Amino acid sequence: MTSPKNDHDSLLIKGGHLIDPAARTDAPMDLLLKSGRVAEIAPPNKIKGGADEKLDARGLVVAPGFIDLHVHLREPGQAYKETIATGTAAAAAGGFTSVCTMPNTVPVVDSVEWIEWLRQPERGALVNVFAIAAATRGSKGATLSDFRALQTAGAVAVTDDGKPILDDNIMREALALGGELNFPVVQHAEDTRMTEGCSMHAGARSFRLGLRGMTAAAEASVVERDVQLAMHIPNARLHVAHLSTADALKSVRRGKRAKARVTCEVTPHHFTLTDEDMRDYDSNYKMNPPLRSPSDREAILVAIADGTVDAIATDHAPHATHEKQMEFERAAFGITGLETALALAITRLHREKRVPLSRIVELFTAGPARCFDLRGRGSLVRGSVADVTIFDPKKKWTFEAVNSLSKSRNTPFDGWQLTGKVVATIVGGRVVYAG
Amino acid sequence: MNPARGSLLGIEHLEAAEIMKILKFARRMNPDKPRPLLRGKRVLLLFYEASTRTRSSFEIAAKSLGAHTVLIQAMGSSIEKGESLLDTGYTVRAVGADIIVIRHPNAGAPYVMAQHVDVPVINAGDGLHEHPSQALLDAYTILHNKKSFKGLQVAIVGDIFHSRVARSACHLLSKFGVRIILCGPPELAPGIAATLAPGVRVTRHIEDALRGTDVIMLLRVQTERLAGLKIDLAEYIARYQMNPARLKMAKKDAIVMHPGPIIRGLELTSEVADGAQARILEEVRNGVPTRMAILARAIGKMR
Repeated sequence: MTSPKNDHDSLLIKGGHLIDPAARTDAPMDLLLKSGRVAEIAPPNKIKGGADEKLDARGLVVAPGFIDLHVHLREPGQAYKETIATGTAAAAAGGFTSVCTMPNTVPVVDSVEWIEWLRQPERGALVNVFAIAAATRGSKGATLSDFRALQTAGAVAVTDDGKPILDDNIMREALALGGELNFPVVQHAEDTRMTEGCSMHAGARSFRLGLRGMTAAAEASVVERDVQLAMHIPNARLHVAHLSTADALKSVRRGKRAKARVTCEVTPHHFTLTDEDMRDYDSNYKMNPPLRSPSDREAILVAIADGTVDAIATDHAPHATHEKQMEFERAAFGITGLETALALAITRLHREKRVPLSRIVELFTAGPARCFDLRGRGSLVRGSVADVTIFDPKKKWTFEAVNSLSKSRNTPFDGWQLTGKVVATIVGGRVVYAG
Repeated sequence: MNPARGSLLGIEHLEAAEIMKILKFARRMNPDKPRPLLRGKRVLLLFYEASTRTRSSFEIAAKSLGAHTVLIQAMGSSIEKGESLLDTGYTVRAVGADIIVIRHPNAGAPYVMAQHVDVPVINAGDGLHEHPSQALLDAYTILHNKKSFKGLQVAIVGDIFHSRVARSACHLLSKFGVRIILCGPPELAPGIAATLAPGVRVTRHIEDALRGTDVIMLLRVQTERLAGLKIDLAEYIARYQMNPARLKMAKKDAIVMHPGPIIRGLELTSEVADGAQARILEEVRNGVPTRMAILARAIGKMR
């Protein structure tokens, strides 16, 4: 990973426009990184003294390093889909300096040993990898995993992603213990008793296509229960993963208004596409939660603008071709997303919906950092970790899946013309991606 | 890639003129007077799901046109050993298939096949989605009995949700301005079904569906596809079973259709199934010339 170029200790980023929502900065600023930390921030040409290296950021946005709260790096056990090395290379290309990896691997990451394994240098991670550990042993939903030990080992949250915790008592216990430890519980909200055999959103389109549909209620009912629990358990921290329905948003709003510690993330595909976009049973449009109705997408866009949404997360879910190129109903759920997230946000949210760039940056930085308490990240103040994302908000480009750094190609955005491109990704002061 | 010319994947995207062309050509087809339009061609019948009518009538249709047919069923083939849909498709193509006829329990399977294999693919029923050859033979049957679609009202009674026959029928009849009334309990005839095509509405009341109706299409309650859905069959019979008294609510010259298999004593009584207004066996007979037309069209011989 080290190259002579990166061995230098200091890096001066000159001429860029710094957007750091947590610090309320939205102005031209130069930035000096030194020994893996932010050493100085100052208006243009005010930083005195030299640097080992300089980066010309004229015309570019300089932002805190992006954080993705929801990725599937597929290790251990499914390296044919993705590895930590390939997944984090894709993350770097997408501007992410930190990713939080889901525990639904083979085996499930439910122990300190596996958390340590994820962090070993042999994994070849190009960006920071934070582990989200299984909330229950083996994600079987029966007994809680050892939250305390997992947290001490470095896990940033717990979840049984993909296998939602339906049992009321287990969820209550998880939120209670999480509350004691200040440890977020992440829920993939889906009442799987209502979604058996379903492969897309329940609506006119699923009826027409002859596909069994997942109702919005299957998501909203679980979110409502979880928010109710979080409102009544001291210090409980609930994070709603990949929220996709208008009804679920109502519950999250109610929780936030009641000052419960409830946060939520939305994905680029849910704010970009709807169930009407799938054509010819293309399984690159199959993911869970599914693409929802246009009115659900509208509700998400409103919630992004009004502050209800805390983070944009990709739910990057790589799968091999043979797991996707098949009968829609049998194909695996999930799409890749690391390399298109920023461009979709700029194209859809900023250019079409007039969401300010600073809000978009917040959803990739300070927002997610707050959800999981990633200290020293998500903002660029003096002393914080030198994770920086530099992007060109006006650059038009075409995403070609074949050029993706991920091992997998399962994306509905192949060939899409997008605006906004990552120019450099800097992790701990070192350039890990230069576009 | 795009599906090969001559593929028949569904009715939804077929134009009314093309449908009329197929139906007119079907009228010229007669299995008792074979025509060698498909001489030397190989028709692969790929059946991932049980079938009596569709399979035998495609087979007879192909043979009446001079084609060789090979039947591959999920049971007793490599499909059972875990071969993927596309690998099976590539294999039958390599064997020399000129046309693939596919019946599959998953919606859209013929689309996936047609996008990867360079011969015409004919959908012989895919999951809950479409059953285009059935819709065409039903249209053939309706036209034989009613002369024209003009001013017709068709009631489709029963398990709409699980029925690919109903979806294809709605698409087809709607293209000709037919008024379509879907009738059944909410679990089987959901309100959303009215969004399928223009001119479709949903009712819970059998009287409402039958009043002024020219054609009654009955559907079987597909107990094998209910997937946990609980249907009270006694209640269903009480409210929706077609019996002689209910049949009188429809127009005097109304005909009764059913794609089969029929379950006597459930969606209809024997008096109705065997009565003068029933056209159930006529539908089966019409399946052969209709499918001859579909196969001829597949290789560009529908002239």
